[in-house]
Amino acid sequence: MRRSPIFLTCCIFVLFGLLGSRGANADALVADLSEQLVKIDLGFTGKKVLLYGAFEGDGEVIVIVQGPREPVTIRRKGRIAGIWVNEAAVTFTNAISFYQVMASEELNEWLPLTIREQHQIGVEYLSFKSKEEIGPAQQADFQTALIRNKQALGHYGVLEGRVKVLGGKLFRTEVIFPANVPTGAYSMEAFLVRNGKVVSSQKTPLHISKSGIEAEIFNLAHDYPKIYGLLAILIAVAAGLAANAGVLRRR
Amino acid sequence: MYIYLPIAELSVNIFLILGLGAGVGVLSGIFGVGGGFLMTPLLIFLGISPPVAVGTEANQILASSVSGVVAHWRRGNVDFKMGVVLLIGGLIGSTLGVWLFKELRDLGQIDLVIQLCYLVFLGIIGFLMLIESLRSIHRSRRADSTQRKLHQHNWLHGLPFKMRFRKSKLYISALLPLIIGIFVGILSAIMGVGGGFIMVPAMIYLLGMPTNVVVGTSLFQIIFVTANATFLQSSLNQTVDVVLAFVLLFGAVIGAQLGTFLGSKLKGEQLRGLLALIVLAVCIKIAHDLLVMPADLYSIGFTGGH
Repeated sequence: MRRSPIFLTCCIFVLFGLLGSRGANADALVADLSEQLVKIDLGFTGKKVLLYGAFEGDGEVIVIVQGPREPVTIRRKGRIAGIWVNEAAVTFTNAISFYQVMASEELNEWLPLTIREQHQIGVEYLSFKSKEEIGPAQQADFQTALIRNKQALGHYGVLEGRVKVLGGKLFRTEVIFPANVPTGAYSMEAFLVRNGKVVSSQKTPLHISKSGIEAEIFNLAHDYPKIYGLLAILIAVAAGLAANAGVLRRR
Repeated sequence: MYIYLPIAELSVNIFLILGLGAGVGVLSGIFGVGGGFLMTPLLIFLGISPPVAVGTEANQILASSVSGVVAHWRRGNVDFKMGVVLLIGGLIGSTLGVWLFKELRDLGQIDLVIQLCYLVFLGIIGFLMLIESLRSIHRSRRADSTQRKLHQHNWLHGLPFKMRFRKSKLYISALLPLIIGIFVGILSAIMGVGGGFIMVPAMIYLLGMPTNVVVGTSLFQIIFVTANATFLQSSLNQTVDVVLAFVLLFGAVIGAQLGTFLGSKLKGEQLRGLLALIVLAVCIKIAHDLLVMPADLYSIGFTGGH
């Protein structure tokens, strides 16, 4: 974490000040992030981002982290002549690339199903549109497969009890982005749930992007693929000649 | 120490990749093979997606072939005329191969085709090498030395467009090396190999080239074929990871030195038997992956156009 605990404490005091001045009926929850930009550079192995804030009165806090939506193709293998071969595919046009739910309590009775559906809290409440015309059973099979695969990658998860509430007023949670995190615009939304209702929520944007030489290489490869190809050839030839020269000198 | 690969979009331990490069480099130093046919499957086993493994290997083999061809050139072990005919075929073949690669990738079948190609070719080559080395170990024990002819004449030598290849002491149809070049070019683009392990036996047994010019000539044409594959894989599929290629090459250069040293200390037939066993082991692993029911029948596939 780049920012110091003292800085964070100050932030939280400022948040408190804001809450106090707004009165009882204004926003009952405020939240902020330790950083708004996660850079993927050559040494990137994942990143923890701290989401912290304060709320008024009692209730439970839920945090939903959502990555950009993108098309994803799911393929199903079948056995043909003894070999496992991809035989069916469904493309979801608006699959969510990263999705994590964190809560201060186990998600049970205090959270009504209507709210879970409305805010898509929990992987079973996610729904994606398929490009192909398929029946509901097939849709369900492929969608659960997508969720299962994303969970295995560490891109989807529900982490109950991961939001820590301090003194009934402050909360904090660490969002862990793995090394294989998808890039793009993220939204981090915190909800305050009281008596089975969402009484307050706040959305904060977060950007995850490649930076430095990583970004240069990636952008060159995708924006100017022919130049990238020629450069790759040049580098390889130069490296080959250099290797040879180095070897000869040692002999 | 971890390094994030920009195209593979994966964080890997740099020492693991260096070690892999060095390991395959040792083997290529001992046996005088490019090692692409071992490196690509190993990269895939590490979790790098098959298209990126194949594209990146083309780039790495280009570098190691450049480094290798210089020594052969100095010794005059390159038949340039033969090399040019082979590489014309190779350029046609690798262009066709990269196009085929893109089509198969869009169909979602590229992983399967890569695995099947490896299964078939590693299986055949490994098996033939094992038999050959067992036979020669047997023969050297009996100390039986029957001289064979340089090469046999068969129907292949009756094809039109005859050409004289002085360095190889051959007068054969140009169609023959051209077709071999096309065939190996297609395989090299799809499998991410230089194709030396198919090209060298084809040159010896099908063309009847003398063994001293085979490796140099093969390396010479591999340079151009892998350069073509690198360019096309980059521009059509964006699957060449220069960072990965560079780290692999660095390991391979060091490994090859050690391998050349070890190679001079060990016996030829036993070496070939050992390589055959390594090749067959990789082959069995691939067969296992194809035949055993996967843990999850569903997988996230490549989505075109991003």
